[in-house]
Amino acid sequence: MNLDLSFYSWEVISRYILQGFSFSIQLTIIATLGGLFFGTLLALMRLSSNRWLQLPAAAYVNTMRSIPLVMVILWFFLLIPFMIGRPIGAELSATITFIAFEAAYFSEIMRAGIQSIPRGQVFAGQALGMTYSQNMRLIVLPQAFRNMLPVVLTQTIILFQDTSLVYAIGAYDLLKGFELAGKNYGRPIEAYLLAAAVYFVICFSLSLLVKRLQEKIAIIR
Amino acid sequence: MNWDWQVFLQDTGGGQTYLDWMLSAWGWTLSVAFLALLIAFAFGALVGTIRTLPNDRLSARLMIGFGHAWVEIFRNVPLLVQVFIWYHVIPALVPAFKGLPGFVLVVAALGLFTSARIAEQVRAGIQSLPRGQRQAAMAIGMSTVQTYRLVILPMAFRIIIPPLTSESMNIIKNSSVAFAVSVAELTLFALQAQEETSRGIEVYLAVTSLYMVSAFAVNRLMAMVERRVRVPGLIVAGQSGGH
Repeated sequence: MNLDLSFYSWEVISRYILQGFSFSIQLTIIATLGGLFFGTLLALMRLSSNRWLQLPAAAYVNTMRSIPLVMVILWFFLLIPFMIGRPIGAELSATITFIAFEAAYFSEIMRAGIQSIPRGQVFAGQALGMTYSQNMRLIVLPQAFRNMLPVVLTQTIILFQDTSLVYAIGAYDLLKGFELAGKNYGRPIEAYLLAAAVYFVICFSLSLLVKRLQEKIAIIR
Repeated sequence: MNWDWQVFLQDTGGGQTYLDWMLSAWGWTLSVAFLALLIAFAFGALVGTIRTLPNDRLSARLMIGFGHAWVEIFRNVPLLVQVFIWYHVIPALVPAFKGLPGFVLVVAALGLFTSARIAEQVRAGIQSLPRGQRQAAMAIGMSTVQTYRLVILPMAFRIIIPPLTSESMNIIKNSSVAFAVSVAELTLFALQAQEETSRGIEVYLAVTSLYMVSAFAVNRLMAMVERRVRVPGLIVAGQSGGH
């Protein structure tokens, strides 16, 4: 079996790969930002003293975390059209799914981050007469975000890898681009090898950056 | 909406009902997960241990480098891409793998993917032991192999049971990627039965609850193991993360 390396040409890349690549990146960024936003809300709900906020948030997070991501992707792709009454594109469905799914994982990270802030910080804020939202916005969350930044970024790398699972509903992502190119040029082996290499280079270099960031943050703390 | 649970008693056309099909798919899911877990434990324990060897000799340094490479490669490529590599690429390049059923290749892919994560847990477990343990073993004249076999590993393996529990639950969830290479497991059943019967919600609900039941059973089982092998006097916090 000989590998045909001429398959790796700019023509193939620009025709098939770039579109998928930009969707994967876009999905990763939107899901990280959306997931962080809703995840922080979920974390605040779980840490509140009101049981009617606590219980639904806990149930949501635990359910999401115990279902395979592929099944969650399939569920949303089935349920969204059912609820809004018209079909929805695979890409849009994937984006909504990932925001909802990652919110559960980010909420666990944020909960740990918020709990890592010494209680004295909260008391000090209260002593200054801050309201709950001022206290969270100005004192607790900024510190929690900074402490949790490496963990959040590591989760983002995992999220980028997980975007390949939109394969289940046929969305056009990075992996799909490679698969199509491999099929149309009759070179599936080269395509999958290059796909693995591209994912590896991206994820490995990002993880090195996170490691350096972690060392820096560890010194500040 | 109207429920129609009788869909599971319908004939699939092959003389079995959808319920039969789903239960056999559950069996495939559990087999993939269990066999992959065995591979993951074996390679994970080995690679994780290698990464903690004292780096006083060139051969040890080479082995440590191999351990690093192993973990980074299997951790930084998405599981689905690894499954495709095992299914489409390796049988074409390596004659020995030609003609192997998809089931075997998926087990290999999932097993090695998870082995990198278990290796990290094993390494963390070993490094969390007080240094005095290793030094004490050396002081009474044990060789490196004896130190690991008699002192370090028995402690480390008991310490890392909580993170191993979450990896064992993850592997059941991750086995769902096997659908992509047509292994007849739960997710593939969900996709196909949904298409054939148009009762997607009933089918997905049933499949989702089987996944949850399986993960819960693993959780209880590992909790039992954890209680039995607990190191007296040691409190270890659980870890979580990844998926």
